[in-house]
Amino acid sequence: MAQRTRPLSPFLHYRWQYTNTLSILHRITGVLLSLGFFVLVYWLAAAAGGPDRYAGALEVLGSMPLQLVLFGAAFAFCYHLLNGIRHLFFDTGKGFELATARRSAYATAVGAVALALVVWFVVRAGLGGAA
Amino acid sequence: MSLRSPLRSVTGLGSAKGGASHWYAQRVTAVALVLLGLWLVASLASLDGASHAQVAEWLSSPVSSALAVLLLVTTAWHALLGLQVVVEDYVTDKGTRTVVLLAVKFALAVAAVIGVLAVLRIAFGAAA
Repeated sequence: MAQRTRPLSPFLHYRWQYTNTLSILHRITGVLLSLGFFVLVYWLAAAAGGPDRYAGALEVLGSMPLQLVLFGAAFAFCYHLLNGIRHLFFDTGKGFELATARRSAYATAVGAVALALVVWFVVRAGLGGAA
Repeated sequence: MSLRSPLRSVTGLGSAKGGASHWYAQRVTAVALVLLGLWLVASLASLDGASHAQVAEWLSSPVSSALAVLLLVTTAWHALLGLQVVVEDYVTDKGTRTVVLLAVKFALAVAAVIGVLAVLRIAFGAAA
């Protein structure tokens, strides 16, 4: 039998398009949110440790690198939330038509950025600029 | 040729022996987290400066502390299911994969327990 020379790594041959962009972003934001979970626990544990410990934690969370991380977490939250809802619709078999899937994809991408800015500002205001 | 009966293949629930349970748990926790996530954002936004007294007051309400515990447990569970798939997809070496999966499970379990204990401590007024 002749040796078959079919490609063994189809993921290297498919064209990059919006579907796999959203898919990989869902994974990346999911991993980022898992890290954000540890930040949330850190904040709660500091609050449980009393006012002094809590004040120290707010200072850490308000510092520059952490603020960038928290903004990333806000975007990750909004994107993962919206795209997650999109996937729940997919799970029921709805929204697979090309036009619909494309529209929900763009709505998710634009919506995530807009929602992230809203969440960032309202949560920041709630936390007194600390986070 | 397979020596297994068709019934055995069906009840064996696939190579992971779990059937659709992983997939289904991911969806159940996802729906719960839509609600709990929005609640967390709304709660944080409704704080005014988030002083220690204010956070303590927020979490000492029975509804808030109950929802916070639910959020922590559900998030850890959902994160575990998701990270497990990511690790299984990208870590090909079997030994490394087992170690990484164990580390992920332990880290999330420890964080969830610390978070729940912190909420309970505040809820029962022990964090003054």
